[in-house]
Amino acid sequence: MWNDRGVTVEIDRDTLLLMLRRMWMIRNFELKVMEVHAAGEFTGAAHPYIGEEAVAVGACAALEDTDYIAGNHRSHGHPIAKGGRVDKAMAELYGRVDGYCKGKGGSMHLADYSIGILGESGILGSSVPVAVGAALAAHIKGEKFVSLAFFGDGASNQGALHESMNLAAVWNLPMIFLCENNQYAVTTSYAETVAVEHVSDRASAYNMPGILADGQDAIAMYEATSAAVKRARAGEGPTLIEGLTYRYEEHSLGLGRVRRGEYREQSEIDEWRKRDPLVILEDTLISQGIATREECDAINAETVEEVEQATDFARNSPFPEPEELFDDMWANPIPLP
Amino acid sequence: MAQTVFVEAINQAISEEMARDENVFIMGEDIRRAVYGATADLLNDFGEKRVLDTPLSENGFFGAAIGASLVGMRPIVETLTSFMWVGMDQLISQAAKMRYMFGGQATLPVVYRATMFYGGGSAAHHSDRSYPMFMNMPGIKIVVPSNPADMKGLLKAAVRDDDPTIVFEDGTLFGMRAEVPENSELPNGELVVPFGEAKTVREGADVTIVGIGGAVNHAAAAADQLAAEGISVEVIDPRTLVPFDKKAVLDSVEKTGRLVVADPAHKVCSAASEIASIVAEEGFWSLQAPIQKVASEQVHIPYTPSLEKHVYPDVEKILAAVRRTLDS
Ligand SMILES: Cc1ncc(C[n+]2csc(CCOP(=O)(O)OP(=O)(O)O)c2C)c(N)n1
Ligand SMILES: [Mg+2]
Repeated sequence: MWNDRGVTVEIDRDTLLLMLRRMWMIRNFELKVMEVHAAGEFTGAAHPYIGEEAVAVGACAALEDTDYIAGNHRSHGHPIAKGGRVDKAMAELYGRVDGYCKGKGGSMHLADYSIGILGESGILGSSVPVAVGAALAAHIKGEKFVSLAFFGDGASNQGALHESMNLAAVWNLPMIFLCENNQYAVTTSYAETVAVEHVSDRASAYNMPGILADGQDAIAMYEATSAAVKRARAGEGPTLIEGLTYRYEEHSLGLGRVRRGEYREQSEIDEWRKRDPLVILEDTLISQGIATREECDAINAETVEEVEQATDFARNSPFPEPEELFDDMWANPIPLP
Repeated sequence: MAQTVFVEAINQAISEEMARDENVFIMGEDIRRAVYGATADLLNDFGEKRVLDTPLSENGFFGAAIGASLVGMRPIVETLTSFMWVGMDQLISQAAKMRYMFGGQATLPVVYRATMFYGGGSAAHHSDRSYPMFMNMPGIKIVVPSNPADMKGLLKAAVRDDDPTIVFEDGTLFGMRAEVPENSELPNGELVVPFGEAKTVREGADVTIVGIGGAVNHAAAAADQLAAEGISVEVIDPRTLVPFDKKAVLDSVEKTGRLVVADPAHKVCSAASEIASIVAEEGFWSLQAPIQKVASEQVHIPYTPSLEKHVYPDVEKILAAVRRTLDS
């Protein structure tokens, strides 16, 4: 049914609607985060994923709960895409005990081990070898789960990333390297810092397939990731996928110094806004007769409501008590020094 | 004297050194657009070749700075302490060890400006105060400025020093405004603060507090409160940890007989630990009470403000420590 766009993968209606729901969930979560952050309800950095929703949602829709992901500082989209809970995510941003990490991690460090989210890293490139380790375990134990690491175009220049790709390739691991190429690392453009035209071009150096996918199109991301997952589960080794996308908002909330337009043209932002991933998916669903306008709007409205409830949940959750400071340092606690 | 903000003092030092010596250049992430403020206008004034935005590759460009320094350049690298872990191999295996290992042939006038942003809800990955780890490794000079004037003068000294130096800039001070002398007011026409000379921030007779970086201001605030109670506190700022001005601390303890060390780093094997051990070994007979360390709890930095505020040294904890030295 996707033949008009050259897409060959089969996706059932439920999966498509779940993808749309998760994309709206991320969008509405991030809009709420921007609102409450501006109102001072919590402070610190938070990196909006607005504009990039299709990348994580399309990729994670190709995974099972038993598969693993690890991510980076732009961290809210990945767990929501993998099926994480927005109430626990929001409570974490508020620094409350009911948050995913009991308030200890915050915006950049969401994790949900119950559904294979190994955690988001604020140090860039640092979580990629960790994700490779999960794939190594699958390989050693002969199990069918796969592991996927999200990283940015900026982080694609880290040594850790290159060492990881080589490791995964020589060991033939069930690993997916997923670069979210939003074309900037803070204020530095892709072309200033990456020597190849596409991050996916680097795959050839590690003798693995490199796929360049349209990161604004959730179905294209799903298709690319499905192919990589299939390869990984069949024991054929790792794949590097680049989702070409764009960050609509500024690099981070709470980083007032860098102003819009100082490093990228408004016209460029406007062009990319025309390719809004939510519009692209909804147009496809409606034009293919998979969902009606009303059904799409209802999904949006339901996620608005769920995010609203999540925010109330976060606001009503208590802050950790001082006695909890040392909790969770050790699996087998030791006396304090 | 001009009132100057800490981050502007950094900028002045870099700018003056780049103007003075064409071998000085700076590199780091997003420095052309001065994301952290300290590199404002440098691109304009010194051009693209001397103001380099790097890829996100700390181990790579930390090492490139070393190599450039070996052949006559004087690089300044901007980074945050938390990103230094990625470049540790270059810092330790190369920067710290090359000169000695190669029998003195290698000279490495390279400066790493490592900002420590902590206390603002940045969580465990972005709040490191890691200078004690580098104290443990011979070969790197360590600078911990506590005010804008010292920041400027010590950074200028670091650029001129022929050894690798890490300047640990306390991010909690970035907005601090204080007097920095104008060059025209200075005898040499410039502000250069030599390494290894502690500063007596205030004189006192009953207790010595040695403060590190941002903790110096907490120590001074504690001293003010104690003065109102008739307790006379001497506050010492070592300004550089490597080299360390032992004499200043030992002389002060000889006078007061009591020592409190306030250090934002984790308390185990901290700068405070080292200073306490120096005084225990070499100033023991001056002491009238056990030495008190006030350093960060031995736990990672939690994101939530309700927990983070309990981790670091603050005025209350310093006051309590001073009282313990007086009670015993
Ligand atoms: C090791 C390391 N160096 C530097 C930083 C500071 N930093 C945070 S986000 C960022 C840009 C990241 O760009 P990219 O990987 O493309 O991800 P994006 O923010 O565009 O999603 C930088 C330099 C960091 N967090 N970790
Ligand atoms: Mg990017």
